Amino acid sequence: MKIGAPKETFPGEARVAMTPDSATQLQKLGHECLIEAGAGEAAGFVDAAYEAAGVTLVKTAAALWKEADVIVKVREPSTTELKRLSADKTLISFFYPGQNEELLEAAKATSAAVVAMDMVPRISRAQKMDALSSMANIAGYRAVIEAGSNFGRFFTGQVTAAGKVPPAKVLVVGAGVAGLAAIGTSTSLGAITYAFDVRPEVAEQIESMGAEFVFLEFDESSQDSSATGGYAAPSSPEFREKQLEKFRELAPEVDIVITTALIPGRPAPVLWTKDMVEAMKPGSVIVDLAAERGGNCELTQKDEKIVTEGGVTIVGYTDFPSRMATQSSTLFATNIRHMLTDLTPGKDGVIDHNMDDDVIRGATVAHKGEITWPPPPPKVAAIAAPPAKEKPKELTAEEKRAAEVAAFKAQTKNQVTLLAVGGGLILLAGLYTPASFMQHFIVFVLSVFVGFQVIWNVSHSLHTPLMAVTNAISSIIILGALMQVGSNSALIAILGALGILMAAVNIFGGFLVTRRMLAMFQKS
Amino acid sequence: MDFGFTTAAYVVAAVLFIFSLGGLSGQESAKRAVWYGIAGMAIAVLATLIGPGQGLWLLSVVLIALGGVVGYQLATRVEMTQMPELVAIMHSLVGLAAVFVGFNADIMINIVSDLYAGNGGVLGAVADDGITAVGLPKEITDGLSVFGQLVAKKTGVEITILRIELALGIWIGAVTFTGSVIAYGKLAGNSSKLPFKIDTSAKQLPGGHLLNAAAAGLSLLLLMMYLGGAGSWTLVLLALLAFFIGYHLIMGIGGADMPVVVSMLNSYSGWAAAAIGFSLGNDLLIVVGALVGSSGAILSYIMCKAMNRSFVSVILGGWGGTKGEAQAIEGEMIGIDADGVAAALNEADSIVIVPGYGMAVAQAQQSVSELVRKLRAKGKTVRFGIHPVAGRLPGHMNVLLAEAKVPYDIVLEMDEINDDFPDTDVSIVIGSNDIVNPAAQDDPNSPIAGMPVLEVWKAKQCFVLKRGQGTGYSGIENPLFFKENTRMYYGDAKASVDALLPKVE
Repeated sequence: MKIGAPKETFPGEARVAMTPDSATQLQKLGHECLIEAGAGEAAGFVDAAYEAAGVTLVKTAAALWKEADVIVKVREPSTTELKRLSADKTLISFFYPGQNEELLEAAKATSAAVVAMDMVPRISRAQKMDALSSMANIAGYRAVIEAGSNFGRFFTGQVTAAGKVPPAKVLVVGAGVAGLAAIGTSTSLGAITYAFDVRPEVAEQIESMGAEFVFLEFDESSQDSSATGGYAAPSSPEFREKQLEKFRELAPEVDIVITTALIPGRPAPVLWTKDMVEAMKPGSVIVDLAAERGGNCELTQKDEKIVTEGGVTIVGYTDFPSRMATQSSTLFATNIRHMLTDLTPGKDGVIDHNMDDDVIRGATVAHKGEITWPPPPPKVAAIAAPPAKEKPKELTAEEKRAAEVAAFKAQTKNQVTLLAVGGGLILLAGLYTPASFMQHFIVFVLSVFVGFQVIWNVSHSLHTPLMAVTNAISSIIILGALMQVGSNSALIAILGALGILMAAVNIFGGFLVTRRMLAMFQKS
Repeated sequence: MDFGFTTAAYVVAAVLFIFSLGGLSGQESAKRAVWYGIAGMAIAVLATLIGPGQGLWLLSVVLIALGGVVGYQLATRVEMTQMPELVAIMHSLVGLAAVFVGFNADIMINIVSDLYAGNGGVLGAVADDGITAVGLPKEITDGLSVFGQLVAKKTGVEITILRIELALGIWIGAVTFTGSVIAYGKLAGNSSKLPFKIDTSAKQLPGGHLLNAAAAGLSLLLLMMYLGGAGSWTLVLLALLAFFIGYHLIMGIGGADMPVVVSMLNSYSGWAAAAIGFSLGNDLLIVVGALVGSSGAILSYIMCKAMNRSFVSVILGGWGGTKGEAQAIEGEMIGIDADGVAAALNEADSIVIVPGYGMAVAQAQQSVSELVRKLRAKGKTVRFGIHPVAGRLPGHMNVLLAEAKVPYDIVLEMDEINDDFPDTDVSIVIGSNDIVNPAAQDDPNSPIAGMPVLEVWKAKQCFVLKRGQGTGYSGIENPLFFKENTRMYYGDAKASVDALLPKVE
């Protein structure tokens, strides 16, 4: 198959979907590589380098679209470009089918296969083709660099001969891939970095990157991101209020704010309001990575850098990856190459568009004249669900009352049954046994009751003394021996004497040991 | 002095005993409570000595004094760590005394019966009114002891009941005697003073519990024969069988279950006393026996609950059947030296120490106490978490720590401290194993599944002081040792803690 990369038509786009390196790898899969002349120039890859890697140069875009079987590019195709597609061709690029429905219709009309790099499912196996993450990583890094170039001070704190420099304070809102990359860059530059995210489980990731998690006291805050494929979901109004309150508190302190909060398929939530911008110190910088989707900052202007009256710079660029075209092209081309590796399972240069494969199926938005978006949920869960938390169910007052009544009834029933059975048995025994026995029996039963009542109150830590003392008083058996020892039978006297001796050992030993133990217990 | 005075004295003694047990609800009141017990015992013995029918009171006083000397020696010499053994061996004395008293009662019945025969009557024959016994001529009864007179007045039914009671007393007493001796041997291990060696692991003769059941069945048969008038030899045989049951039953129970066994034997000695009390017609014996019996039963129940096992399964020995393959444990045990532990302790703010039998064996409580004193002097929060079945006796650890002058208000129960582990910086496990085994919660197939355990692994760091890599008494692998935040600090507990002392500054 012939794989071709045209020059990006979007104004200012510097990236390219194929690098000389990726082309070499693609050729190993049995493919032939084509590139439009000058396509890689803006990203720092000259035509000669492509030729050296065995890539055929094609003069015009039209010729390339015609000749190639698989077209790889970065940005979503323009309508002109789509018209050049035909049923036997495959297009691999960013597509954003959610926002580009017309484009999707047009793609369907061509019957070509369209693979959207932004729809690659977030499962472990597909990480190597996750172009969104690789681009977000670059954006996060670049956001800090961009902030730094607009910020008049050091990031790191220094004590120099010319005076003390305080460290910059950076707040990163949203700890996705871009946010984490920004945190990493910011901390390695030496700034004090705070980070916030609505998903409390990312606190550990934030801390692992060296930032401090801005903790929000809120009960409902536990968003379970594993249910939404690792992305944040919209939060409740109460939570949002709480969040804004926290930001308002932080605004006068921080020097640099980097916002990366995006919710899939929705405009970016406004998290940094006008009054917060006004509260910031002059010279502070806000970099809004969500500018493309309306911005997290109320004052953000898409693709512009503005300076407010209060002297706060707000950067609303949307082309951070393109600003680092060499790096982003290398990574994107590698993502594309991995996608093609999956599409060429035989490594024989033949594309097998396997719609049963979770990854390929998920990324394909149009296939054989049909729209195949949105895809069915992947068979493999994106992120392992956290172990289900057992929440003790909050009982309502009525339920509690009902439970109490039921418990009371059960207890009553239990006790009545026990009493009835026990009483019955005793009465039965009374019918057949003489009164002299029953007199003693009453004493016995009452004593057992008293014993049970008393012993339950003994504290756990005193169980050993309890054993020692009960051991000592169980030598009350000495009374029996004492009563018998006076008998005129020699055998009885001997046995009785032995009994007295043993019981006496027990009495003294038992009580003494108990005393010794109890004397040791002392309060601090 | 007449009989009324003795009875009054018994009532006073009984009340004092109840106070004595009730006072154990708190550490401070317990110190008073033991005096109630002593007073009660003194009154009871004194009242019996000066009461009617006590012939040889001089000999009795001498014997009591002699016993007192022996008891004093035993009690003052014993190490606190040997407390479980001492309590166990003392139970055996009560058991044996009960056996003797029971036999005496039987002999007395025979004597009285012979007297009847000599006078041409039959023991237990009923007079014309159908209620009172015929009785013997006054000059003969006066020659008998109090108990003898009592027997002589009994009717046939009463004699039968008397025989049942004394047979029960002998049987339970005999089981208690051999059982306690075996329990002593198992608890004392190598330091046992018995002439023979007892294997501390669960061992049974071939036939297992069938043998016990057969012996119990045979005992019942002998009892029937005895009641049927087969003579005293049946009673002797009954006692021998009971001796065997006591021996074999306790032999089959592993050392780790000894807390339950000791409290169970405690209970038995009480029931034996109560049975003898019935046969002697002595209410105080009945009262005290019932108190002791129920106390031991409740203790056994508490112990079993703490181990999440039924009483029956403990008594029948072994850990019951496992339901499947136990979870495989991943990871490895990572060792650490004294410097590492000391460094962590110096940094920690809150520390929880979980002691177990290993601390008792190594006699490490003094060293641990010293370590705690040092740590507390530095303003750290140090507490102890005590599992209900830690050690070999209920409350064993509390006693050891108290001996080492650890204030009791920092010694907490499992339920009090378990919630605090997530906020704890360092937990130290000293010589305990099963009571800190996370498998009890995580692994439904574990033999100890469902047993409440101390959640030491939830602390930020956990150090385990252990002699070697082996499994604990129950032989169950402990995943705690393989956890990421667990470090193994090998060595004798006392030596290990002593090594820490100079490093904690």
